Amino acid sequence: MPVYKLMVNGKERKVDVAEDTPLLWVLRDHLGLPGTKFGCGMGQCGACTIHLNGSAVKSCLLPVSAVGTSKVTTIEGLSAKGDHPLQQAWDEEDVPQCGYCQAGQIMTAAAFLAKTPNPTEQQVMDAMHGNICRCGAYHRIRQGVLAAARKKKK
Amino acid sequence: MDAKKDSRRSFIRNVAMAGGGLMIGFRWDTVKAKMPSVIHAADDAAVTFNSYLKVGTDGIVTIWSPNPELGQNIMTSFAQIVAEELDADWKKVKVLQAPLDTKRFDRQLTGGSGAIPHSWMRLRKAGASARHLLVAAAAKRWGVPASECTTDLNKVFHKASNRSLDYGALAEEAAGMTLPSEVKLKDKKDFKLIGRPLRNVANKDIVTGKGIYGIDFVREGMVFAMIQRPTAFGTKINSVNDAKARSMPGIIDVVRFKNYVAVVGRSTWEVMKARKELVVEYESEGIALESTSDHDRLQKNMLDAEKATVRRKNGDVDAAFAAAAKVVKAEYQSPFVVHSPMEPMNFFADVRPDGVELVGPTQTPGSARSQVAKLLGVPEDKITVQLTRLGGGFGRRLRNDYALEAAELSSIIKKPVKLIWTREDDMTGGIYRPSVRYRFEAALDAQGNMIGYKLRGAGINADNSTREDNFPSGAVENLLIESADHKSPITTGAWRAPTTNFLAYAEQAFLDEVAAAAGKDPVQFRLELLDKARKKPTGAVKYNIDRMEGVIKTVAERSGWGKKKGVFQGFSVYFSHATYVAQVCEVVMKAGKPVVQKVYVVSDCGPIINESGARQQVMGAIVDGMGHAMYTRLSFREGRPQQTNFHQYRLIRMKEIPEVDVHFMNTDYEPTGLGEPALPPTGGAVANALFNATGKRLYKQPFINALES
Repeated sequence: MPVYKLMVNGKERKVDVAEDTPLLWVLRDHLGLPGTKFGCGMGQCGACTIHLNGSAVKSCLLPVSAVGTSKVTTIEGLSAKGDHPLQQAWDEEDVPQCGYCQAGQIMTAAAFLAKTPNPTEQQVMDAMHGNICRCGAYHRIRQGVLAAARKKKK
Repeated sequence: MDAKKDSRRSFIRNVAMAGGGLMIGFRWDTVKAKMPSVIHAADDAAVTFNSYLKVGTDGIVTIWSPNPELGQNIMTSFAQIVAEELDADWKKVKVLQAPLDTKRFDRQLTGGSGAIPHSWMRLRKAGASARHLLVAAAAKRWGVPASECTTDLNKVFHKASNRSLDYGALAEEAAGMTLPSEVKLKDKKDFKLIGRPLRNVANKDIVTGKGIYGIDFVREGMVFAMIQRPTAFGTKINSVNDAKARSMPGIIDVVRFKNYVAVVGRSTWEVMKARKELVVEYESEGIALESTSDHDRLQKNMLDAEKATVRRKNGDVDAAFAAAAKVVKAEYQSPFVVHSPMEPMNFFADVRPDGVELVGPTQTPGSARSQVAKLLGVPEDKITVQLTRLGGGFGRRLRNDYALEAAELSSIIKKPVKLIWTREDDMTGGIYRPSVRYRFEAALDAQGNMIGYKLRGAGINADNSTREDNFPSGAVENLLIESADHKSPITTGAWRAPTTNFLAYAEQAFLDEVAAAAGKDPVQFRLELLDKARKKPTGAVKYNIDRMEGVIKTVAERSGWGKKKGVFQGFSVYFSHATYVAQVCEVVMKAGKPVVQKVYVVSDCGPIINESGARQQVMGAIVDGMGHAMYTRLSFREGRPQQTNFHQYRLIRMKEIPEVDVHFMNTDYEPTGLGEPALPPTGGAVANALFNATGKRLYKQPFINALES
């Protein structure tokens, strides 16, 4: 099997896996990064969302061989101290219920806010449409994204 | 993990007790005295006061939360109750998930919205008794009466002499004090923590991606596994060709047991890939392979059959219907639905000669242990169960089938194994909310009074699909509630707010039809019935009329019931899991289409423990209830589920949620749970509002089919 050199959360990591291995499983099984979640395996729920060069990507559908030199960021690497405005807002707005989908929600929101720093509520809802929260914490997820946007402006 | 470390490294001392266990059902005698010969480093030293809490000499209060956490926020609420009576400093409280320990805890499970009512007094007494001992220790040291001491923020105060001591400094002496047979609990007006919107104690772990769920668990030397199960209910394995799968990279073994073929390998993806190469032929078990059309037919037959199981009978319904000026009749039908927690089923098992270790997400760890003990013939005291956070449950993880699979597989391959289900496994693997069709009939007299009421539920593996003592039982002189059930090979189980999650919608939608036929306002109609149940009850009345009236009147007031223009309102009220909830849903027409815009919800669950968590439970329950009513359905063809993943099985998403106005009555009754009760009335409120907007009565879930036709 080929060895892949990946840039994950600012560090070079090497993995020896089959080329079709989804990045999700590379992160979870081979790199000890369990924050990225398995939800559906077909890009429908967003639990596995990570950043590839800053863009939100569903890692369950992304083969490791397609990552190349792109920079991978996971929830573990979103901020050094767990204090990204979204992470703070998620705590302040008390967003999580079971919490399982939240890493994906935050990663989707982070990529969105980087490109849309002053979103309207409608834009937030459009951006977050690909992420399912089975607990139905959507109200606070939306509040959390808007609160993080306000924080970033300060 | 934590518990193990805890008992090894901490200075644990038993607290002396007068007269043995003093509180009902509370385990005071559980942490056996182990006088350590060496006291460890100061930050590890702690005194364990009871099953729920210890106080470190560094002042850190550790509170164990025994119940599985699946998003109901029990870790925060439980700790909040203990900390309240302890007068702890919330900033110095650390909450740990306790492992299964039936010597320390009762009812270590999550289901039925029962944790708060069960544990409320136990938790308060746990906190209060530790506080009592800490005060006694301070009083002794100062040589003052304990009655002159007060507590706040982890400290005992003697105001008269202007002295104070931290709990950490008193913990060891407190362990030498004696506990009286009764400790005083706080007056509710003095609560400082209970009721406050304290944030979820797990937020930090969740937002930074810590591996706190079962699926994240890893153990050195562990292997990964997936199981191929029959693809249709009512079939069994005929033949297996696993040659290709076995030859795939990373595959350690392919094992057949029961009706399963398990693929075992060194990583998840390699196992997933190899599993696709299995060639498994199935054959019928010699029973009918059921399709949804069969269920439709079977349910109609059960509804038309002369007899069914009588659940409640009052008066003479035949006479009432014969004398009726008007009869209203309607049928409501629910599909099967899947629980679909976001974390797929998984469990870790390590079956060794010296014992069994189980780690994973379950709502019923005690049952997991007893079932595994029975399955493997291992005594229960040789089995440990470590609880992980659950990525949702909704009732699915009341059943431990996946934990049993993991244990059996580990016993066969003699290796520690983490078993993972895919989303497809979850959606096609059974234990669904059952399908039910209800037939309602109401008899009205010439004045529009409901003089007769009949309900028959026809379920597919639903057992009793009615709740015979629910409103309007007690308010109708002539009443007959019956159920019939078809035993199906399609497996079913409890789904958040079992039975009532659909029954409530059907009842509340039907009552609106009856109110319309009687020419009465839906809210007024229900209030009249309640008044009748109070003044002239028929048979047992098993709901609190005042509390139900309270939520009805409050939601009507908050929503401006009947007073709004351009908005179509729908009402419902329900009593389940000991909590009363009333809702008003508002629909507006946008570009000719109905949009569910807002839901007003009023709940009476007694006092609120955590205001933030409580709101979150109610909002989530409404989103859940509305989402499944509007969009969700699992259908079958010849025993095979026809939807396999979220591309075919629609769950509600952010754009589709209504605004929610949450209000709590905050009454003085004992607190009851909120994990479920706000869900059942939602479908009814939504259906009634949609009718008022579109003129379409919605008799079948998902509503979207009728709305778009």
